[in-house]
Amino acid sequence: MTNHWRDIRHADLILINGANPAEAHPVGFRWLMRAKLDRGAKLVHADPRFTRTSAVADHHVRIRTGTDVAYFGGLINYVLENDLYHKEYVEYATNAGLVVSEDYEFDEGMFNGFDEASGTYDTTAWAYETEGEHAKVDIDHPRSVLNLLRKHYSRYTPEMVERITGIPRDQFLEVAKLVGEMGQPDKVMTIVYAVGLTHHTTGVQLIRSGALLQLLLGNMGRPGGGMNAERGHANIQGNTDHAISWEILPGYLRIPAPGQRDIDDYMAASAPKKLHPNAANFFGENYRNFLVSLLKTFYGDKATKDNEFAFNNLPKPAQNSSWISIFDQALQGKMEGVMLSGMTATSIGPDSNQVLQALSNLKWLCVMDAFQTTSSEFWRAPDMDPAKVQTEVFMLPATHWIEKDGSFTNSGRWAQWKEQVLPPEGEARHDHWILAELFLRVRDLYRQDGGKGADLIFDIDLPYENPRKPTLDELAQEVNGKNLSTGERLETFADLKDDGTTTAGDWIYTGHYPESGNLTKRRDGIQDPDKNDPTGMGFYHNWAWSWPLNRRVMYNRASADPQGRAWDPERPGITWDAGKRSWVGDVPDYKPDAAPGADAPLPFIMTGEGTGRLFSNGVADGPFPEHYEPIESPVENPLHPNVSATPVTYQYDKQAGRPSRFGTAAEFPYVATSYRLTEHEHYVTQNVEKLVQLQPEAFVEVPAELAREKGIENGDNVRVSSRRGKLEVRAVVTKRLGPLQIDGKKIYHIGIPIHWGFVGINSGQHWLANALTPFVGDASSRTPEFKAFLVNIEKM
Amino acid sequence: MAAITPGRAYGFFTDTSVCIGCKACEVACKEWNELPGHEPAFGDGYDNTGSLDAQNWRRVQFIDNVPDETMSAGQGKAWLMMSDVCKHCKEASCMEVCPTGAIIRTEFDSVFIQPDVCNGCRNCIAACPYDVITQDEDKGVAQKCTLCYDRLQGDMEPACAKACPTESIQFGPVDELREAARQRVTDLHDQGVTEARLYGEDSDIYGGLNAFFLLMDEPEAYRLPNKENAKLPRRNNLGGYLGTLGTAVLGVLGGLIALRRRREPVAASQAEPEAGE
Repeated sequence: MTNHWRDIRHADLILINGANPAEAHPVGFRWLMRAKLDRGAKLVHADPRFTRTSAVADHHVRIRTGTDVAYFGGLINYVLENDLYHKEYVEYATNAGLVVSEDYEFDEGMFNGFDEASGTYDTTAWAYETEGEHAKVDIDHPRSVLNLLRKHYSRYTPEMVERITGIPRDQFLEVAKLVGEMGQPDKVMTIVYAVGLTHHTTGVQLIRSGALLQLLLGNMGRPGGGMNAERGHANIQGNTDHAISWEILPGYLRIPAPGQRDIDDYMAASAPKKLHPNAANFFGENYRNFLVSLLKTFYGDKATKDNEFAFNNLPKPAQNSSWISIFDQALQGKMEGVMLSGMTATSIGPDSNQVLQALSNLKWLCVMDAFQTTSSEFWRAPDMDPAKVQTEVFMLPATHWIEKDGSFTNSGRWAQWKEQVLPPEGEARHDHWILAELFLRVRDLYRQDGGKGADLIFDIDLPYENPRKPTLDELAQEVNGKNLSTGERLETFADLKDDGTTTAGDWIYTGHYPESGNLTKRRDGIQDPDKNDPTGMGFYHNWAWSWPLNRRVMYNRASADPQGRAWDPERPGITWDAGKRSWVGDVPDYKPDAAPGADAPLPFIMTGEGTGRLFSNGVADGPFPEHYEPIESPVENPLHPNVSATPVTYQYDKQAGRPSRFGTAAEFPYVATSYRLTEHEHYVTQNVEKLVQLQPEAFVEVPAELAREKGIENGDNVRVSSRRGKLEVRAVVTKRLGPLQIDGKKIYHIGIPIHWGFVGINSGQHWLANALTPFVGDASSRTPEFKAFLVNIEKM
Repeated sequence: MAAITPGRAYGFFTDTSVCIGCKACEVACKEWNELPGHEPAFGDGYDNTGSLDAQNWRRVQFIDNVPDETMSAGQGKAWLMMSDVCKHCKEASCMEVCPTGAIIRTEFDSVFIQPDVCNGCRNCIAACPYDVITQDEDKGVAQKCTLCYDRLQGDMEPACAKACPTESIQFGPVDELREAARQRVTDLHDQGVTEARLYGEDSDIYGGLNAFFLLMDEPEAYRLPNKENAKLPRRNNLGGYLGTLGTAVLGVLGGLIALRRRREPVAASQAEPEAGE
């Protein structure tokens, strides 16, 4: 989230896309309800399903899954065409005025820079026209970002929106009217989204299209505004921050690439460049400080100026190593073993049957978990022949989070410390103790026998009291980082250096554990609002700690106008106090004493432009979001039928020479989308008796009209199949999944809740929802397309 | 909240317009009250609890009126969700029929079944107009919501209200809840949500419910008796008394006539009393 849960109460309008917060985030949902109850905010829920969120929203807009770029694109077009965007904000805080290079082109669904051979875009082809070192500024230029944006989205008329999304024109315009009012400085809108936007081959662009709308309306950086991702698990934000993804190092630094010999090479490819004379370019300017401090944390005394701080110890992956890629490698027999922790691979990945095959190809599989999982028991999956599985499976009992302390980072970036509730049961060990033990034993083997890459093993610094059992408190201190000269922990990442005198395990967390103690333990909250929330804006700066630097709303310099006055004095983020000569309110996302003025740094300090990016080359599939159909779709793209789906998705099966596993609308005529229910949390709650009682058995949701056609009644057993697999489960027949008219064709959605497998209390359940989903992901992130694919359904 | 004080009437205001059907109330209730629940069984997908009973003291009802049109106002109208619970009636039929005195009104004005006094006769089960009570087959006693009697004694609000994320379930002194509820209805009406209405906040329903509701449709839509039907046969029921009196008078008259006729020798052997009590 750019903002945080509690902040949603400040919104006048709440757009919910690709999310079902009432069910998936019922506790956080209270803040959406507070906005509604206390200030009469309107909730607009755009979703294929009428869910428990729609039930309390003001409008439910039935939209075809995966078409939110068309929805947001239509809204972008509406606010531009009708001059409803926040002009002063757009000119001040976005890159609307920058001129794009004359190479830029968009034609029939293709941007410039496409390389046929690799099937990818050269993203550097999407550049600005430069004057000297910087980008040229002229908002009236025909190739200004604003004018190109206008042209790009002029195709997204209400008629086109209706053809793509299925939202009737009148209903779309009703929403557009509400949204159009939010460009006023005294109005603010928030967009709330979740994996319903992420889980598509166009996932990154779906989210970006919402962010573009928010920039145009002047809602980024403001309390009650922003682009707010609801994270699906208690600590998924913390996972991402600490580099659970393969392509980043902790703190969103890029993973080095092959061919980068030293830090200079790495910097040239990774750090943002200053593109405007008044851009602070804080990230770009400090990138080296952050990287070197990280290397000092990893390698301690072994990281020296002379050896480039052991930069070459870092992995430089030669190929994509995201989730689907791991199993693709295993399918190709290139993976010997896999260790799983904190999730069950069998259930969570797309195309379970292919994943099961991949696991069967392994020599060994090690599962660390508090419970048996569908991975530790994978040979028992339906249609598996245990005799044919030679994989050796190790089950290591690991502690549950309730059996350890440590911090969770929530959607709003607040790191909150929790205490251990129960002692570990039986022989269970913490995951990090298992890994530490394993590492030390491998190191012993290296000592004994030697081997390849010994430096990588021996250079690792383990400054813990007991390296076999590091405490989470020790790790938190290490993540925070310290000044190596004084030995004191740092208060801000601004003090990090590139000369090897500082450490930081994750620069965005520097300051959460200074010498004064672990700030994530703070709990000064609503017990005394006058003291703990002096601005009345709900920042509660002494409740836990949020990255970066305890800032509660990111980009908050944009909450004030160029003179430093709040766009809306009723809802200030930060404002310039001329008397104190400093910014007051939230922790400023800005130099705290930089006075407003013609030469003041631009508001978005992290980008090379100094402004929010309406046009960006940071994504793999285009500088502006464009609507592309899901890989499996019942219709051709009405915008450009010849380039219907995104041209830059990596097709795993095709590249590996395996037969296609994609179906067509002729065989699989219905659109399916998978989701979670409020009663369960992914797969682990199959072990929780009270929740199994609430939601005991797998089912799919079937539109009432289609069910009538097929003679399916509530509770009947049905078979749902895709090209990849099948589910045999109960049917819940409902009007909550109504039909849609898409480009003249009637389209039905089938709803697939995901929570069941073949382990847990209700052991009679055997079917994995992801048996149906396609083995393909987003062009940039490779996040699987769980939310849009084709199926057939029949009564059993 | 101010301290929970014996001698004051406490209850729930359940505002169904903001219920999101998450069932946190059901789980919190079972966890606190150590109710094992039933064997898991598929109901209709969303409501797999089915009914209030000895194991389920809170139960979220789902009433699906979602139209086929693509855009429909939500506001808690199209898919009704209501966390149902014992109403803690002012005129509690369960209490009236309990032969052992197991069912009492506590110092918090809640209706409480004392498990150690209950003899398992099941009278209350038949008497409850809301089908709230059933027998716990293991313990052999009737069970239902206690308004978390033990928590109230420890100055803690009931588990369901504590767990409710949207404040659909509000706990407090009944007089304060009634005031808040009336204000909420006014606010909703001002927002154009004219379907909103209160149920059980005044004496129309069984003399008043300490656990009352804001509903988004007629009570019948939630399978609740409306105010015409929500009446207990009762001693202070003038109409009932007059009716009984009339019947009694007729009975006495009938008896007198019969006695008279018995004195008439011819008919005496065949005649039976035609009416009597």
